Amino acid sequence: MGMLSRSPWVIHYDGSSCNGCDIEVLAALMPRFDVERFGVVNTGNPKHADILLLTGSINEQNKPVVLNIYNQMPEPKVVLAVGICATSGGIFRECYNVLGGVDKVLPVDVYVPGCAVRPESIIDAVVKGVGILEEKRAAFKAAGKA
Amino acid sequence: MSERTIIPFGPQHPVLPEPIHLDLVVEDEKVIEAIPSIGFIHRGLERLVEKKDYVDYVYVAERICGICSFIHGLTYCMAIEELMKVQVPDRAQYLRIIWSELSRIHSHLLWLGLTADSFGFESMFMQSWRLREQILDIIEETTGGRVIFGSAKIGGVRRDISSVKMDEIMKKMNVYRKDIAQLCEQFMKDQTVKHRMQGVGLLSRADAISLGAVGPMLRGSGIAQDIRSTGYSGYDRIGFTPVTETAGDCYARCMVRMREMDASFVMIEQCVGKMTDGPIEVKVTGNPAGEFFMRSEQPRGEAIYYAKANGTKFLSRLRVRTPTFANIPPLLATLAGCQLADVPVIVLTIDPCISCAER
Amino acid sequence: MAQQQIIEITPAELIEKVSAMKAQGQRLVQICCSKLPDHLEVAYSFDKDFAFLSYRLTLADTSTPVPSISKIYGNSFHYENEIHDLYGVEVKGISIDFKGNFYRTALKTPFNCAPEGEVKP
Repeated sequence: MGMLSRSPWVIHYDGSSCNGCDIEVLAALMPRFDVERFGVVNTGNPKHADILLLTGSINEQNKPVVLNIYNQMPEPKVVLAVGICATSGGIFRECYNVLGGVDKVLPVDVYVPGCAVRPESIIDAVVKGVGILEEKRAAFKAAGKA
Repeated sequence: MSERTIIPFGPQHPVLPEPIHLDLVVEDEKVIEAIPSIGFIHRGLERLVEKKDYVDYVYVAERICGICSFIHGLTYCMAIEELMKVQVPDRAQYLRIIWSELSRIHSHLLWLGLTADSFGFESMFMQSWRLREQILDIIEETTGGRVIFGSAKIGGVRRDISSVKMDEIMKKMNVYRKDIAQLCEQFMKDQTVKHRMQGVGLLSRADAISLGAVGPMLRGSGIAQDIRSTGYSGYDRIGFTPVTETAGDCYARCMVRMREMDASFVMIEQCVGKMTDGPIEVKVTGNPAGEFFMRSEQPRGEAIYYAKANGTKFLSRLRVRTPTFANIPPLLATLAGCQLADVPVIVLTIDPCISCAER
Repeated sequence: MAQQQIIEITPAELIEKVSAMKAQGQRLVQICCSKLPDHLEVAYSFDKDFAFLSYRLTLADTSTPVPSISKIYGNSFHYENEIHDLYGVEVKGISIDFKGNFYRTALKTPFNCAPEGEVKP
């Protein structure tokens, strides 16, 4: 375990979800699931974050916002697409204003299915994301960037 | 007199999990004007009626909002039932009320947590969400879902609750009712809470009507308007009086929601007492025709579903007017003249649900 | 179920009818535009004591401008902007006119274009 994996900081952004997944992301913070026991901190500042947790699909309006958040995050970083809308557009795939899943604009590392996704899956995804973050960090180091 | 500055609020910000964007025009610390800009989560799902038939659309309607999902699905079903002249069995109507009221309790607890968090009362956030989990457990036990229930269908409901299960639930509910009442009391009696909320974000009775406020925003300003009074889905069979407060400030709106939670427990109890065995759905055949405005009372206020059908499987128009959309103009009116530090509290007392508002 | 009524009116009558509603203390509940095969409908719904009344305008196309009622009901601006952005109906004299930037969508006037005309970007 490296430094980052013991305390990943997560930033959450709601693309165009129905709110269900967002509420479950918050529910993962409260006493029953309590992700903070793994050192996960939910931050509002992209420059503090290691993991970008996106719910909901991408549309014309939020595309620049999502890219902006992603670009502000320091390397190495991991992107989680949480919920079926974020993975593929889900039930709203056919809507005219929905471009599709998060992978249309960002490289996604972990896809989490579910409508709405359960808090347990979110915790699993974050743990998986932490593993990927470690790998990325190792590669980053090997490339002589850190 | 100092210069005016525009402070952008959102879309990504720590107060709400959802993107909302306001341009706040401020003079020093005072907000002069707030200008909203929406569309971050606009999906255009009203147009999906062209691609999904009227039965399938129930699933989309439930996903308009992940908090009041059941009531969204229910309102859509009721609109179609009204067009097709379907009479829903009594037991199904009582089950619908039970799930609607459970949704209301969990939504208000969720709101309480977020509001407390907006002024830094984080332990209250944890407490109210802990209690909310218990309500979600009941929802999960009876429907199988935590967020999207999937139990409303055109012509009735998809699942029944056995009487054994019902007794079990009622026992638990009695405990939760006390816990929640205690939590509310702690919150409302707190000096800091009063300091942050009393006299903040005032909306007069006249403004509430002329700006078209709905739900607790309207009832907090002293107007007894609650669509449940019209008796849709069997609400006429159980005793119901709208909860009102007269102050019109943030505190009054909180008080309305607190008292509504307690009223919801009473309503569930009444439903359980009056429920008799029987079918939970009727078979629906044919296609809808005609037009109807269906109204229902969501945790956030009055929702309107306008369905226009032409006798085919696909509706020609479905329009959803959600409570948050209606509450935006009164929100802007209450923001004008407030202190910058009060903005998050005022925004949260309308209980915004942006995904509903933008659809 | 409470009663509901739909009354057909012409755009010229709109301001007068809506002012009368305001004088009665009615609440503007919603404004809804619908696209039908050969025309557009705009419904203004009001409520007082649960009696639900809608005034409906029928427009042949988007070339007919509709007067704004935002001077009478302050909350109508966002419904009117919505109608303008999603259907392309011109609404004259909105108190806060976003001029087509209320909803920013991938398609222009997305609710008023043929389904086959939809091209995903």
